[in-house]
Amino acid sequence: MKQIPVSLLTLVAGVVIAFFSLWVGQNHHLLPEQASEQAPLVDGFFNVMVTIATALFIVVQGAILIFAIKYRKPKDDDSDGLPIEGNFSVEIFWTAIPALIVIGLGIYSVEVYRAMGGFDPAGYEMIAHHHGASSAIAKMPGSAMAAPIIADSEGTISETASAPVEKKYGIGATPEEEGKAASLVVDVTAMQYAWIFNYPDSGVTSGELHVPVGKDVLLNITAVDVIHSFWVPQFRLKQDAIPGQPTQLRFVAIKEGDFPIVCTELCGSYHGGMRARAIVETPEKFDSWITENQVAQQQESIQTVATNPTDLPTSEFLAPYTKEMGIDAHSLTHLHPGAIVSSMSN
Amino acid sequence: MTKQLVRKFSYKRLILTDEKRFMAQAQLPLNTPPGMSGDSAKEHPKAWKWYDYFTFNIDHKVIGIQYLVTAFFFYLIGGLMAMAMRAELLTPDSDFLDPTLYNAFLTNHGTFMIFLWIVPAAIGGFGNFLVPLMVGARDMAFPKLNAIAFWLNPPAGAILLASFFFGGSQTGWTAYPPLSLITNNIGQSMWILSIVLVGTSSILGSVNFVITILFMRVPSMQLTQVPLFCWAMLATSVLALFSTPVLAAGLVLLLFDINFGTSFFKPDAGGNVIIYQHLFWFYSHPAVYLMILPIFGIMSEIIPVHAKKPIFGYKAIAYSSLAICFVGLFVWVHHMFTSGTPPWMRMFFTISTLIVAVPTGVKIFGWVATLWGGKIRYTTAMLFAIGLLSMFVIGGISGVTLGTAPFDLHVHDTYYVVGHFHYVLFGGSVFGIYAGIYHWFPKMTGRMLNETWGKVHFILTFIGTHLTFLPMHELGLQGMPRRVAMYDPQFISLNQICTFGSILLGISVIPFFFNALWSWMYGEKASDNPWDGLSLEWTTSSPPLIENWEVLPVVTHGPYDYGMNGRSATTDKAPSESVS
Repeated sequence: MKQIPVSLLTLVAGVVIAFFSLWVGQNHHLLPEQASEQAPLVDGFFNVMVTIATALFIVVQGAILIFAIKYRKPKDDDSDGLPIEGNFSVEIFWTAIPALIVIGLGIYSVEVYRAMGGFDPAGYEMIAHHHGASSAIAKMPGSAMAAPIIADSEGTISETASAPVEKKYGIGATPEEEGKAASLVVDVTAMQYAWIFNYPDSGVTSGELHVPVGKDVLLNITAVDVIHSFWVPQFRLKQDAIPGQPTQLRFVAIKEGDFPIVCTELCGSYHGGMRARAIVETPEKFDSWITENQVAQQQESIQTVATNPTDLPTSEFLAPYTKEMGIDAHSLTHLHPGAIVSSMSN
Repeated sequence: MTKQLVRKFSYKRLILTDEKRFMAQAQLPLNTPPGMSGDSAKEHPKAWKWYDYFTFNIDHKVIGIQYLVTAFFFYLIGGLMAMAMRAELLTPDSDFLDPTLYNAFLTNHGTFMIFLWIVPAAIGGFGNFLVPLMVGARDMAFPKLNAIAFWLNPPAGAILLASFFFGGSQTGWTAYPPLSLITNNIGQSMWILSIVLVGTSSILGSVNFVITILFMRVPSMQLTQVPLFCWAMLATSVLALFSTPVLAAGLVLLLFDINFGTSFFKPDAGGNVIIYQHLFWFYSHPAVYLMILPIFGIMSEIIPVHAKKPIFGYKAIAYSSLAICFVGLFVWVHHMFTSGTPPWMRMFFTISTLIVAVPTGVKIFGWVATLWGGKIRYTTAMLFAIGLLSMFVIGGISGVTLGTAPFDLHVHDTYYVVGHFHYVLFGGSVFGIYAGIYHWFPKMTGRMLNETWGKVHFILTFIGTHLTFLPMHELGLQGMPRRVAMYDPQFISLNQICTFGSILLGISVIPFFFNALWSWMYGEKASDNPWDGLSLEWTTSSPPLIENWEVLPVVTHGPYDYGMNGRSATTDKAPSESVS
C-alpha cells in the first residue's frame, strides 16, 4: 500500500506535513518557561520529538481515517476484500524507518543527557579528593542523616575530603563545568511534608531555596523518612530524595524568578501539599539574604549542632525551622504525629 | 454412547495421521472432564445451567466467562473510585475526600484496574474462552488448575475490598518502601496478600496457555495457521512466567519487613529501598505488556474479520509479539530514571525502551494496512478496534517521549505519565476488551448484542476518553505532579475538563451494562458464525457444546484467508469447513 511516494500529490502532501510538523515542533507552547541551563537542552530535544510525533500522527491517523472512509463496505456487497497477505518490501520499510528514528532519538538523548551533566554525578567529589585546596568549597558535611543539623562543619573538612567517595546519583557537572567545584552547595533534606535547605558554607538553614542567577549550584539531596522527589518544572530537573541513598542535582539558574519546588513521589496523605519555593535572584540580593539569615540564626546553631535527628520526635526536630518554613508549630504537630520517624528507627 | 465412540475413533485416527503429535494427543483424555473419558460413570449435562457459572467448573468456556464477569464487577468498583478522585480534583483544594481516603482510592483504583480488571479480563477471560476453541482443543491442558487459577481471583478482590475497613492501602500501586512500611500496616499487608494471590493465579494460567497452544492444537493446524490471538497469548504467558515470580518475591520481602521485623528495605537498618523498585518494576513493566499483548491479539482477530481481508503480514505480527515479549523484559528501569540509578543504567534503558517502539509499530502499520482494500463493516466491535488503533497511536507516541531519560526527568511522576498510560490502558486495553466482547458475545452467549446501543456506547467512550486523558498531558508538562489531592489554582480549567470527561466515561458504561444484561437474556439469537469469521471458534455452535465440537474440525485454510481458497469476491458462503 505505502509504495515509495511517486505521485505528485503524495509528494506535495509529504512536504506540507513536513513543514507543518516543523512549525508545530517550534510553536507548540506546551512547556513552562525555561529557568535553568538544562531547560533549553530538554526543550530542544522535546521539540524534535514533537516534530516527529506530529508527522507520524498525521500520517498514521490520516491513513486510518482515509482507509476507514474509502474502504467501507458497499451496501449489499457481502464479498471479501482484496486477498493481500503482505508485502515484504513495505514491511521492511515500516520496520526500518521507525528503527532508524528510534536509534536517532536514542543517540540524541544520550547526547542531551551528557550535555545536561548526567554523566558526571558526584564528579566534583573526585576533585575534592585529589586537590585538597578545593575541598573547602566542595565539602560534604557529615553523614546524610545529620546534614541539615550541622550548621558549622569547619572541623570536619579534612576527614570528609579524604573519605572514600560516596556513590551518588543524579545530575552532575555539565561538560563545561566538569572538574570544577560548584560555586554554591546546598544540602536539601526532604521529610513529610517539607523541604529544608541548608547552606553549609554560611550555616544558613531555610524553608526556601535561594540561589543566585548564573551561578553553578549543587544540591545534595537526602530524605529522612520516605522517598520524595525534588522537581522544579522550570528547571526541567527532577531527582528523588531517597532515605539512605544520597542524590544530587547540579544546575545553573538562568532566569530570576520565584518557581515552585514540587514533591513528585507519593510520600503520604499531604503529598500534594509538600511544596516549597525556589527563588532565583541576583548574586547581590542572594548575598544579602545569606547575611541576614546568618545573623538571625547564630544562636540557634549552637543548640542544634549536638542533636541527632533520629533521637527526636519530628515535631521537636523541626521546631527550629518552623519560622523559615512559614508554618506554625501547631500545624507542624498536626502534620507529624511524631511516631513516624521513631518507628522508622526501630 | 455412540457419540463417545465416534469421538474415540476420531482421536485414534488423528494419532495415526500425525505421529509427531502422538505424545500430546495421547494425553488428551486426561484433559477431558471426568464424565467424558468413558471409564468414569459421571455424565456431564448437555449444556451448562446458569448456576453452573457460580461453581468450581472446569470447562474453559465457563471459566472464561467467570473471569470476564468478575473482572467487569471489579472494573465498576475501580471506576467509581476514579470518579470519586476526579470529583476531588474538580477544585484545587482537598475538600471532597479525606486525604488518606484519596490515597487509598488512587492505590486501589490502580490495583483493581490492573490486577482485577484488565489482566483477568484480557488473559483469563478471552484467553481461556478462546484459546482452546481457536486451536481446536476440547479444553485447556490442565482444566482443574485452570479453575483453581480463577478461584484465586474473587478472594483477592474480596481482600482488597475488605482492606477498606482498615483504611486500605495508601501508598500507590507501586507501594514503594519506606512509605509502605510506615503507612497503615494492616491495609498494606492485605494489599500484598491480594496481589500475591492474583500473581499466583497468573502463573498457573500461563503454564496452561503455553502447554495448550504448543501441544494441543488440532493436528491439522500448522504453526502458521494458529490465530494471532494465540501467538499473542503465548508471548503473554511466557512473559508472565518470567516476571511474576520476581514481583511475588519483592512483595513477600515487603510483607516480612512490615510484619516480621526483617529489614530488607529499611534504610536505617542497612536495607536498600532501590532494590524493591527493581524487583517491582521487573514485573510491573512487563505487566503493561501482559495487559496489551492479548489486546493486540484481539485486534488481529477482529480487524481482518470485519474488514473481510487477510491480516497484513501474519508472520511480522506474530513475531513482533515475541519480540515485544523479549525486549519488554529489559526496559523496566525507565520507571526509575529519577531514582537511585547510575548514568549508564539510565542510558541503556533509554535505548532498550525506544526499541520496543519498532515491533509495536509493525503491528500498528499491519492493522492499518489490513484496512486498505477491505470491505469494512462498521459493527461496534470494529468501531472499538479502529478507535483503539487511533488511541494507541497517541499513547505510543507519548510513550516514546517518556522513554528518553533527559525528557523523562521533567515529566516523570506527573500527569503527563497519567495521560500516557491511560491512553494505552484505557484507549488500548479497555477498548480492546470492549471490542472483544462485542465480537465474541454471540459465541459466548448464543445471542447478539444490540448494535445501536453498542454504537452509543462507543461514541460516549471515545469522546469521554479524549476529554478525560488528553488535557492531562498538558497538566503534566506545565508542572502538575500525579497522585495529589490538591493542586495549584492555575490548573483548574484543564482539571475540570478531565472531570467532565470522566463523568462521560462513567455514563458510557450504563448503555453497555444494560445492553449486555438484556441481550444475554432476551437478545436476538446468534447464528454459529454471525461475522463470517474463518477461525475455528466459528465452526461450532453458539454457544459452543460443552466439549466444543462433536467431532474435531480439520483445518483446511488459514484463519484470515479472505478472498482466497475458493472464497471469491462474490461468495459469502463459508468455505467447506468439513468435519472428519
